[in-house]
Amino acid sequence: MSVITTINGLLPVVFWTDALIFLLLACIVALGFYVRRKEHLLIGWRRVGESRIGMAALTVLLTFVAVGLLDSLHYRQQLEGRRDQQSQYAVAVLSLLDTIAMPLKTRTEKTYSAPFALDAYAKETVELPNGAQARALPRLKYGGAHLKSPDDLTRDVATTALLALLPAALLWLGISVLVARRCGASVRGGWKNGWQRVWRGETRFAWNAVLITLGVLLVLMIPLAALSNSYHVFGTDKVGQDVFYLTLKSIRTGLVIGTVTTLVMLPFALMLGIAAGYLGGWVDDVIQYVYTTLNSIPGVLLIAAAVLTMQVVIDMHPSWFATGAERADARLLALCLILGVTNWTGLCRLLRAETLKLRELEYVQAAQAFGVSRLRIMSRHILPNVMHIVLISVVMDFSGLVLAEAVLSYVGIGVDPSTISFGTMINNARMELAREPVVWWSLVAAFIFMFTLVLAANVFADGVRDGFDPRMRLRPRRRLQERTA
Amino acid sequence: MIAYILRRLLHAIPILIGVNLITFALFFIVNSPDDMARMQLGIKRVTPDAIQKWKAERGYDQPLFYNAEAGGVDKITHTIFFEKSLKMFVFDFGRADDGRDIAVEIKSRMGPSLAIALPVFILGLFVSISFALLLVFFRATYLDFAGVVFCVAMMSISSLFYIIGGQFLIAKLWHMVPISGYMSGLEAPRFLILPVIVGVIAGIGGSTRWYRTIFLEEINRDYVRTARAKGLSEVVVLFRHVLKNAMLPILTGVVVVIPLLFMGSLVTESFFGIPGLGSYTIDAIGSQDFAVVRVMVFIGSLLYIVGLLLTDISYTVVDPRVSLQ
Repeated sequence: MSVITTINGLLPVVFWTDALIFLLLACIVALGFYVRRKEHLLIGWRRVGESRIGMAALTVLLTFVAVGLLDSLHYRQQLEGRRDQQSQYAVAVLSLLDTIAMPLKTRTEKTYSAPFALDAYAKETVELPNGAQARALPRLKYGGAHLKSPDDLTRDVATTALLALLPAALLWLGISVLVARRCGASVRGGWKNGWQRVWRGETRFAWNAVLITLGVLLVLMIPLAALSNSYHVFGTDKVGQDVFYLTLKSIRTGLVIGTVTTLVMLPFALMLGIAAGYLGGWVDDVIQYVYTTLNSIPGVLLIAAAVLTMQVVIDMHPSWFATGAERADARLLALCLILGVTNWTGLCRLLRAETLKLRELEYVQAAQAFGVSRLRIMSRHILPNVMHIVLISVVMDFSGLVLAEAVLSYVGIGVDPSTISFGTMINNARMELAREPVVWWSLVAAFIFMFTLVLAANVFADGVRDGFDPRMRLRPRRRLQERTA
Repeated sequence: MIAYILRRLLHAIPILIGVNLITFALFFIVNSPDDMARMQLGIKRVTPDAIQKWKAERGYDQPLFYNAEAGGVDKITHTIFFEKSLKMFVFDFGRADDGRDIAVEIKSRMGPSLAIALPVFILGLFVSISFALLLVFFRATYLDFAGVVFCVAMMSISSLFYIIGGQFLIAKLWHMVPISGYMSGLEAPRFLILPVIVGVIAGIGGSTRWYRTIFLEEINRDYVRTARAKGLSEVVVLFRHVLKNAMLPILTGVVVVIPLLFMGSLVTESFFGIPGLGSYTIDAIGSQDFAVVRVMVFIGSLLYIVGLLLTDISYTVVDPRVSLQ
């Protein structure tokens, strides 16, 4: 799927998953505008916005999403050639993130190197100045190459990190002032008043949590980015690729698995669940039969069966895909589809049960008495009232899907081996702990990023569930009660 | 009761047929046996003769549903659908694509799988329920809050990291047990203890949180208030009243997985080199042995249906008000 218009010698490439991600983004934006005008829908979101820990998690999640979106704008570079020739494009598909992180992508060492290392991991035969040969650890080609002597390492790292803290602090202050202005806009005293309200926790939206999380993220990420310019901050892997770059690229794969899967399964679950619950009779029987059957196959095995067959289909038709990246993307999409097929049954059952309940309520019976058609009742009266279930299950599923990707890739039925993902990273690195000295950095980097992403998703999901499903809320909201009392 | 069980078993038949059709469609209609043969033999330099030979050796050279060339009953029975799919209903699994008998493999591999899955299941259940009861006992205190945070953090770690971390710490650094491998008999515990510990720890976060929710839902009921009003201590209330009444939702989630324990765990077994059914499946996936995967799908869904039936029966055991008709 490529669009044939060029911008400055770049050929934009839109992968299927890219298209779906941006479709999803458009849906979320549209939904946002829709919700803004509906007071009864806003209540739930306000409650989510009040949860400090939930908003802190959302800030972390949005940072991941930003990286993922940067990595979803793909293009192919024009190759140098004569004017009269039809323009040729490089086979390699790059993303905006690749362009930003180009130094990380291109500076590959020979093999492993530890974080912030100056010397290679393995000894090599090097030639000494006097012509003799010796076994020694050679200096890395790129990692800390600008240092004159290895003793400068600590000083250089410290100064680079400290210097990078300055823009981080400025950026954070700027954002904080903007937030304060916004919070102080409606009251007397302008942004100073707003500043106080934010930090005393008097705003309804948990701005203080967002700002603190943002501060921590900026303090961590900007020095890290600055250091990654001249060092391998998380070391390099077996073929010498920078591990920090690999983790950044993994984020998109995780996000795609977590969101696109939901997007493809949602229409099925919604239509079938509501139809089964509202129409009843043979429709209900058929739909129940279908989901019981799908449900009774253990998930991993169904995925294994489907992925194996899909692999054969893709391998048998190499002509379908223009580039290797496109083939890998097709595999990613197919994995999402398969995960969607195996995952929709749970939501479908929930929706069916809720529809059964709603069907008997007075407002639906009133609509029936007015002669509203069944299709219209289902779409106008039932659908909006089951949306909170959909929302809760969507955010709850996300973290599980990100975790599943890693396991499936390990089993060999996950993403294409050429796709960088947490699963492939772990899979490639799992034997490294047996080496001497231990190569721990790839695993630790994958662990930190994956753990942060999944933890943030879990915490945010809890916040959403608390906001939209009061029955599930186990702790009474003490702060809210104090305020209203 | 017996009539109920029989009826449920009859209900299982259409579901198993459905499962069978799905796997059949995936393995024989989406891909033709020719594609499979080409995959197995390598895409390049495959002669039609080699493909024919490969198919004939494994019985894939018959028509899918209807054999027009054969006579009589053979029109139906000499087809791939009958040979490969319908025969599974009488537990005739045939041979794997590498020629070995699947049924024999399954029998010999069931033991090691159970040796890991069963202790993990029982220990995990015991640990998570005790932990959840502890959290509920200290509910609405900082201990409870810390416990929930701990659970959410544990849930957010991929199971792969538990295995890798466990192998690294316990086996490689501390040299307490072998990293992987398996021996039957008295030597077995030495190899099993690490996978079991890792399996229990990996499951703690999610299940503790789930049990805690169940207990908390019970704890605000009227009968609990009555029990407290009678002057029972909190421990007695929790163990004698809450735990008993929470049995129903717990059983719903727990009993259904018991039969599936036979299948073992794919990832654990392959990491620890245990020759169980899980690693058998993984090897089959790796070598694209469709026959084995097909059989495993069938057995898996069969066991799941048995699990559902067991769940219903277990209700009558713990709750005398439930009667199956």
